[in-house]
Amino acid sequence: MKKLILSAAALALTAGFAAADGNTVRLGTEGAYAPWNFINDAGEVDGFERELGDELCMRAELECTWVTNEWDSIIPNLVSGNYDTIIAGMSITDERDEVIDFTQAYTPPDPSAYLAMSTDVDLEGGVIAAQATTIQAGFIAEKGWTLVEYATPEETVAAVRNGEADAVLADKSFLDTHNGVDGLVMLERMEAIGGGVGMGVRESDGELRAKFDAAIQSMKDDGTLNTLIAKWEVSSQW
Amino acid sequence: MSCIETIQDYALRSIGIGERLLPKTDFTLCQQFTLIGSGMIWNLYFGALALLVGFFIASAVAVGKSARSPWLRKPSEWFIFVFRGSPLFIQFFFAYVMFLKVKQAGYMPWLTSAQAGALIVLILNTSAYSGEIFNGALKAVPRGDIEAAKAYGITGWSRFRRITWPTMLRLAWPAYTNEAIFLFHATTLVFFSGFPTWRQQGDALYYASYFADKTFNPFVPYPILAGYFILLTLCVIGLYGLVNKRLNRHLPAERKRKLRIRPNLIR
Amino acid sequence: MFEFCTNPETLGDFQWFACYFTTGKLFNFYGSFVTVLVLLFITAPTALAFGFLGAMSARSHVAPVSWLGKAYIAIVRGVPDIAFFMFFVIALDQGFEYLRHQALCPDWDQPIRQGNDFIVCAQAKLPLSTSDQWVHEVYGFFLAVLTFSIVFGAFAANVLFGAMRAVPHGQMETAEAYGMSHRQAFWRVLVPQMWMYAMPGLGNLWMILIKATPLLFLLGVEDIVYWARELGGSINPRFTDYPHGDWRAQFFFGLLVFYLCFTRVSEIAFDRLSRRLAHGQAIATGGAS
Repeated sequence: MKKLILSAAALALTAGFAAADGNTVRLGTEGAYAPWNFINDAGEVDGFERELGDELCMRAELECTWVTNEWDSIIPNLVSGNYDTIIAGMSITDERDEVIDFTQAYTPPDPSAYLAMSTDVDLEGGVIAAQATTIQAGFIAEKGWTLVEYATPEETVAAVRNGEADAVLADKSFLDTHNGVDGLVMLERMEAIGGGVGMGVRESDGELRAKFDAAIQSMKDDGTLNTLIAKWEVSSQW
Repeated sequence: MSCIETIQDYALRSIGIGERLLPKTDFTLCQQFTLIGSGMIWNLYFGALALLVGFFIASAVAVGKSARSPWLRKPSEWFIFVFRGSPLFIQFFFAYVMFLKVKQAGYMPWLTSAQAGALIVLILNTSAYSGEIFNGALKAVPRGDIEAAKAYGITGWSRFRRITWPTMLRLAWPAYTNEAIFLFHATTLVFFSGFPTWRQQGDALYYASYFADKTFNPFVPYPILAGYFILLTLCVIGLYGLVNKRLNRHLPAERKRKLRIRPNLIR
Repeated sequence: MFEFCTNPETLGDFQWFACYFTTGKLFNFYGSFVTVLVLLFITAPTALAFGFLGAMSARSHVAPVSWLGKAYIAIVRGVPDIAFFMFFVIALDQGFEYLRHQALCPDWDQPIRQGNDFIVCAQAKLPLSTSDQWVHEVYGFFLAVLTFSIVFGAFAANVLFGAMRAVPHGQMETAEAYGMSHRQAFWRVLVPQMWMYAMPGLGNLWMILIKATPLLFLLGVEDIVYWARELGGSINPRFTDYPHGDWRAQFFFGLLVFYLCFTRVSEIAFDRLSRRLAHGQAIATGGAS
């Protein structure tokens, strides 16, 4: 009985702390997009955004936990309140900005790149692979080239490897991890699509956004953000 | 843009006729209804063809499974076991990998396209499921029917075609109707799991997820998709009901009713 | 895990694999098998309960109740499960939070829908944002079970509805002739006997349920197919001590074997069970003809 009361008291205590401290902030990520975010050997979320998120939370004096969610439903789950921020290599686009708010970008806009089996591939006449319903897929469709869409990024690269597609268009940092493997080479041509990457928050959550904005600014100012970008090779530096 | 224009532009978009680019702005209800409906062409194509071809293979597999010779029986049993025992999701994956290998070896390059490759998988899949249903019905064909046929001197192929097979169909039909419904549902997995989409020509689910992705609101496109499928299911039930009536036309009225209350053996 | 795993690059094949198969992310994979099994064993009875309610209401003599039951069966059966999974979890979650909001925060004056955002008062959030991560996970699991149960409950309702009608009418008449009320006859005569008729359909449904688990990741549960895809993809030495190429085929083959074994075992179990149920039923052979 004593034990029971004790644990009840402990529970009340932690609850009190949490209320005073503000709630735990839940960071939503995908966990399948190295080097931005991925699951490491130990089975935990790791990568550029893991380190960045932890640092930002520390600077903003927030208590944070990590949550993984499928890419397709990552925005609907944010607006319905299942987590508080998206930190998943998400480019700031006008379309998304209408639905959610973004903090300032933590990486500068980076071009999308092509990966192919040889550098003299004919993009206009060839087949270009992209992940279904990404900005890259939209870009190729708009160009009028032959687009082939796969459900996952892994499959788009595999398609080039086994000759289903002549090239794949995706974020440069993602393709970098495959460049040089199995004879894949990166083309010199790049496409400037997509903006910088920022943290997504609900439009009604201005306070949280301001906190993270300030934290990102402080990391930009003291150069730690650049160090982190260089460490994970996610994009160009500020 | 008026709704009529949208329909003109996008009603056949899923097979490459009409406007080349998918809508980029507005995402009106009309656009969503038209494009998702356009995608249903693929679902219809996969479902109808797979059922048609699968029906004949299933009959063969059912007979094979009840054959006395192990050379016929064992392959049929394994075929049914593998295709019924594993998720379609995984079957699509392996089929695509295998078709790629065949293509790289220089044969049949069309196999990796959804309209051929995925159709083959769906045909095999429905053959296995319907084969099992037909096999169950084959075992339930009343002995009296066969004996009567023997007494009339009808033998061999002619007995199978005129007596056994029609009775088997009649008995299997309610369960087979369910299988048809499920098969149409399964066609949504084609582009979702295994096969790539070319030139943004996909099935209903592809366009529904396109809109969900653009509007960030899953509560409009997916219910539209659901609505289309409810209509499709009603059509399937109606058509199969007509066939069922025809299969049972020789039975006296009260036995017909009895047949309908048999427990449904679903997939 | 093992002591010799500190430097995987130098290891021989056997040791390399021993180390690889004991890394944390592989344990996530093994854990997902448990998750899927637990989910299946919770979902099956829940779906059966939904099915029983559905079938009962479809049989009801009160017209609106009967319509409700029939509409539930027809609508959910008519829609591919995948279409439901795409939006159902969020819908359920918002539904629960809305109800709690109405109950717990009556004097909240802001709108719940602000633009795209769905906002309820802090006390109404499910789970409360102060709760631990495991509470969130259990809640997500619960939503997945509920969604699965609602969808497969409709199929179960269809099977049970058919089974209830398959019980010979004479049995019910006899029961009523012995002075049982309608309700008594239903519970004492109809329900015990319908299981035999329902068995083949329910067995099939269980198989369908097993084979629907690859879609669990749509419901936010990291299932075995999710992990197989995740772990099978080729991985660069920058992000792991165990780099490898595209191993999806190998991982999927493992899953194929798992599913085949699982469905086979279930088939045998159901065979035994239905033989047991048919035991002592006077109409056993008559009903099956």
